Amino acid sequence: MDAEQRTSCNRNSSKDDSVQPPEPNDDAVPRTSDKSALSRRALLAGAATAAGGAAFAALPDLLTGQAATAPGAATMPQSTTAVAAAAAATDVIVVPEDPTRVLGLPTSAHSIRSPFENPSRVPVGLVSGSSRTPIHLLTGTITPNDLQFERHHGGVAIIDPGKYRLMVHGLVKRPTMFTLDDLKSLPAVTRMHFLECSGNGRAGYTGSKADTTAQQIDGLLSNAEWTGVPLKTILAEAGGVTTGAAWALAEGGDAALLSRSIPLDKLLDDAMIVYAQNGEAIRPSGGYPARLFLPGWEGNTNVKWLRRLELIREPNMSKDETSKYTDPLPNGTARQFSFEIDAKSTLTSPTYPARIARKGWVQLSGLAWSGRGKITAVDVSTDGGTSWVQAELQGTPQPKALVRFVSLWKWDGSPAVLMSRAHDESGYVQPSIEVFREGRGPGTDYHYNHIRAWNVDAQGQVTYGAAT
Amino acid sequence: MIVRARTFRPLSLAVVVIVVGIAACTAPGGDGATRTANVGSPTPAPEVYAVGREATAQEIAAWDLDVNPKGEGLPPGAGTVAEGAIVYAKTCASCHGPNGEGMPPNPKLVGRIPGDSFPFATDSKAAKTIGSYWPYATTLFDYIRRAMPPNALGSLSANDTYAVIAFLLSTNNVIPADAVMNAKTLPAVQMPSRNRFVRDNRTGGAGFK
Repeated sequence: MDAEQRTSCNRNSSKDDSVQPPEPNDDAVPRTSDKSALSRRALLAGAATAAGGAAFAALPDLLTGQAATAPGAATMPQSTTAVAAAAAATDVIVVPEDPTRVLGLPTSAHSIRSPFENPSRVPVGLVSGSSRTPIHLLTGTITPNDLQFERHHGGVAIIDPGKYRLMVHGLVKRPTMFTLDDLKSLPAVTRMHFLECSGNGRAGYTGSKADTTAQQIDGLLSNAEWTGVPLKTILAEAGGVTTGAAWALAEGGDAALLSRSIPLDKLLDDAMIVYAQNGEAIRPSGGYPARLFLPGWEGNTNVKWLRRLELIREPNMSKDETSKYTDPLPNGTARQFSFEIDAKSTLTSPTYPARIARKGWVQLSGLAWSGRGKITAVDVSTDGGTSWVQAELQGTPQPKALVRFVSLWKWDGSPAVLMSRAHDESGYVQPSIEVFREGRGPGTDYHYNHIRAWNVDAQGQVTYGAAT
Repeated sequence: MIVRARTFRPLSLAVVVIVVGIAACTAPGGDGATRTANVGSPTPAPEVYAVGREATAQEIAAWDLDVNPKGEGLPPGAGTVAEGAIVYAKTCASCHGPNGEGMPPNPKLVGRIPGDSFPFATDSKAAKTIGSYWPYATTLFDYIRRAMPPNALGSLSANDTYAVIAFLLSTNNVIPADAVMNAKTLPAVQMPSRNRFVRDNRTGGAGFK
């Protein structure tokens, strides 16, 4: 096996940034993630390569020490204790030259990714900040749980589920304290929805560069099957709301005590308190043990580590609904409480740094979503928006969920500009960057849903080109 | 095989008759007949499940720390600009700069835009400071108490918080240097950009807004 494959197995994200204070601006553009360094263990394991197999580091493995003496021949552990110990270790894995001639790895408590695959988030900031989903490396619409994007303002809170409490108070008939078990005992619903930070797309709009990846531009986006309790059930348990209740202040139990004001109408519509995604408990970075989930609404309102809901008359005007998460407009105002994610699509393949290797058929593939319901169509263009053809939507679009679109294109070797354009069931059409820039201004913030462009040169190299 | 069935829930005191068109899965029986499983629950759903317990006044007081634009939630206490300068230098300057000028990525806190214009959509370099952007002074108390300073959360007293807010508002030329901030004066402060904010009224449909 060659060095390229060995380097691909590095699991240590290279945190080479200097230590940052805890609240960076959320417009920090992530660095490129592709510069993974060889880990020490990978280098040590390199000796095994010469002896007939490729060695990979940082994986639960049984073969340490055997690689040098008996390359290509695995020995099964003799007890479950040995298995557990081996699974707990992060060491070296050997890829035999002929997997049909040696036993494979034993059973294990948790599966591993192939050492040849390493989709990774791009973390920015060491305490607060964000980590972006590698949308350019994923297929379908479900984001694996360890690759869901994260964004937080006071670090990832670690909460003991036994001590978790959700308090619902204010303009309700009966101020109520819920445990996690209480929440889980209520009738649950499971729904497929996207989650997107409203700052997504900033790297593709303000000062964008050609060597920007789809992950850097649109990686503050994930999609999951969420399980939890409808908010209207919770409010009913608190005796229902009393006269004058029109909003609720949702507050997280993290170091930022992040809070947002949410209209009561949304809480009584499709809001949920979720405790699971894609079949397992939500992760700490996703708000474990329970978070607010508002289908189709900007990520920041989906308050994580939710500890308090106070029913109120008027919005609280908290920091994240005044100084942040408001959208300046060219007429000298700022749009506030712009909750719904406008219809949007983004190409995931081919995108920078991909290069189209040869003339012929290329599959254009990407994601589309709308906070206002279902995607009804996605158009693609290979000539910079002069002509459009409708792409195929894979599966039946779900409301407020990602749908994948694909379209086959025969590349003739000449320069091209690839674009996608989403339509949703409200009749909204994703705008061009010219229309977007005129309507919102070149310095606006949040909700960047303009059409993205990817330039293809005569060598097949794809680069980002939306800001042209 | 899929069949369409109509399910009728039994009428009970609080339950309205619900007629639901459902698709029910069927499985072939031993005799080849079709058995239909109705979707529903063995007992009618109650109006409430009586889950959770009543929150005590003490529990509510311990967590109910937010402050709204009317000043509801502000605690007793007061602080002057001069006192705030000391609190700021000791607690805030290391991250936000000696005069609130910001230390990236920590935001600039101080600064007005000439004429109090609002050029943020056209000029991405225009700094959104307390003086140039924040619409409500009460947000300062709400935010500082819940999230600042990050290396010593909850360490500022009410007096210190009022004082540092007085310092920041004065440095932004929003209040005079001899002003005192307390539960009565803070909500009365008129922020320069107060009337710049409009609520989103878009509902989708054709056309870009």
